[in-house]
Amino acid sequence: MAELAERTPPAPRRRRPGGGLALWSVLTSSMARYIARRILWGIFLLIVVSGITFLIFYAFPSADPAALRAGRQATPALIEQIRHSLGLDKPLYEQYWIYMKGLVLHFNLGYSYQNDVSVRSQIFDRLPVTLSLTVGAVVVWMLAGIPTGIISALRRRSPIDRLTMGGSLVAISAPVYFLGLVGLFLFASDIGRVHLLPGAGSYVPLTQDPKQWFLSLLMPWFVLAAAFAAFYARMVRANLIEVMSEDYIRTARAKGLSERRVVGRHGLRAALTPVVTMAGLDIGLLLGGAVLTETVFNIPGIGRYAYDSIINSDLPAIQGTVLFGAVFIIGANLVVDVLYAFIDPRVRY
Amino acid sequence: MALLEVRGLHVRFRTGDGIVSAVNGASYSVDRGRAIGIVGESGSGKSVSALTILGLTRFPNSRIEGSVLFEGRDLLKLDADELRAIRGSRIAMIFQDPMSSLHPLYKVGWQIVEAIRAHEDVSRRVAYRRALDSLTEVGIPSPEERMSSYPHELSGGMRQRAMIAMALALDPDVLIADEPTTALDVTVQAQILELIRKLQQERGTAVILITHDLGVVAEMVDDVAVMYAGRVVEHGPLAAVLERPTHPYTWGLLQSIPRLDAPRSARLHPIPGLPPSLIRVPSGCPFHPRCAYAFEACPRKDPPLFASEPGHEDACLLPAAEKRRIGSSIAAAPRAETAVSA
Repeated sequence: MAELAERTPPAPRRRRPGGGLALWSVLTSSMARYIARRILWGIFLLIVVSGITFLIFYAFPSADPAALRAGRQATPALIEQIRHSLGLDKPLYEQYWIYMKGLVLHFNLGYSYQNDVSVRSQIFDRLPVTLSLTVGAVVVWMLAGIPTGIISALRRRSPIDRLTMGGSLVAISAPVYFLGLVGLFLFASDIGRVHLLPGAGSYVPLTQDPKQWFLSLLMPWFVLAAAFAAFYARMVRANLIEVMSEDYIRTARAKGLSERRVVGRHGLRAALTPVVTMAGLDIGLLLGGAVLTETVFNIPGIGRYAYDSIINSDLPAIQGTVLFGAVFIIGANLVVDVLYAFIDPRVRY
Repeated sequence: MALLEVRGLHVRFRTGDGIVSAVNGASYSVDRGRAIGIVGESGSGKSVSALTILGLTRFPNSRIEGSVLFEGRDLLKLDADELRAIRGSRIAMIFQDPMSSLHPLYKVGWQIVEAIRAHEDVSRRVAYRRALDSLTEVGIPSPEERMSSYPHELSGGMRQRAMIAMALALDPDVLIADEPTTALDVTVQAQILELIRKLQQERGTAVILITHDLGVVAEMVDDVAVMYAGRVVEHGPLAAVLERPTHPYTWGLLQSIPRLDAPRSARLHPIPGLPPSLIRVPSGCPFHPRCAYAFEACPRKDPPLFASEPGHEDACLLPAAEKRRIGSSIAAAPRAETAVSA
């Protein structure tokens, strides 16, 4: 009996407001409604995007997909037959309707005009490639850009500040196709001055050969990251300089904190929050396909696929890549906005 | 020897427009358990001189001369680490705008705990306890909840109380309050001043109160230093300065304040002109271009300090008898009836 008495359950613990329950209640209440609203908006946007892509394709025809598919010595009859089998002889609205029906009901992005392969599987096959390129580039530009920006801000007007900020202008201004070609001519193992790294078209999946994967992506990572690193360095520098003149930095110094802590805990905490926003949006953008980098280095990612499908007037593939990119951008926007509520307590939904 | 003594302080900043002489030989001092009010318009150098005490004006483009003696040690000669040990723990400071002076992304409690742990090797738990006590002492309702509030969740008055709690958590010897009530509602102003005075009297903290508001000074302090163009133009015990003011600038300040004992038809007399440029400070007495009593010597001779009575000095070239005569006609009413300007 005594044992039983001891085992009476403890009184239910009362949750203090602002305790562990707060996160949950935020997630279920206003934030959940906010996210739902944003997702509905996103879907609406995707419909608009697909409609516009469709219209653009027909309003500015680059080449007749049926003729392209039929080959060089095709008879008009053959072209007509292909046109019919691809459904291109139906009125525009009907084609769009069929496309959207497949997309909504079966998540079917259609089949390539070129080779009848499912666009969805093409894109998903290429996603790991683009992901590899993006993640590596993000790591490079964060590691390069943020410390550079911090040092420049803290050593304002010093030679190192002028050097890095001047250099960043060059990096921002140099287009990927220029920088990429320069890189290839200098370092590629086939055409380079110094045979240092694998050249264009050398990509192998990570699962197949990790070392080769890493080496083949090293140059693309740096080329893609260059402009971003420069941009982030400038942004971090500007933010930090502004933050360091805030009153609360003066308070932190007046409290007797070390300068290291003033910068690290007080300055950077405020200066780096906008970087989260930018990084989220940029990552979303690149996941939709880094078209230029993938094309220059002949990396078989989504960007390269988008480029090829435009060259071939392959509407389903174009639609697929555009929609895919749009999903990433819309998703990244949403993630960033939700994330912000956690890094900035003043933000409420 | 005074606890904290600012002596012949000069602070100059090199800017794109020229050299700004923000403080030009200011001297004042404060003792344990006493409060001094530093009064002056914007740009009179009152804030800069106070920030310089804590070394918060040590920028690459600033030049600082003179001395700031704290317990006999010259703070201007200390290196960054020695000074940091004094900041916050021995000499604390609160600022004008409590919204922008607290870090918006950290909880109030965290910010106080950080201040404590910057100076004392105590556990998080002990520091939390003391921060909580400090919040309780400054009269913040439900302090436990406020510990985990962000600054934006507090009202202006509560934020300033939290700043005061942070400043007092380490029981400093000197509290510098730089316009602590300027950004607050009038009713809250009175509460904050009451709080500072109460803490000062209970703990014997020396207070340097910087304000442009003579009404605040009349309520709060033992001594007054009136600053103009980066120098102290008149200083002395509160009653002496308010009842027997001897500098024309102090007269101007007193005449520009509404008074409860004056007839309703009485007009206020603003000081004509604008505060001087600190890049090209007027020659001689810097106040002479705006002074109704200026005579030929004023633009030529930089006035030294004249003692009109023990402990009461002014920097004005007028004959002593003249200053006494004009001063007594302008003098403020006895302290209890002094109007509080809003």
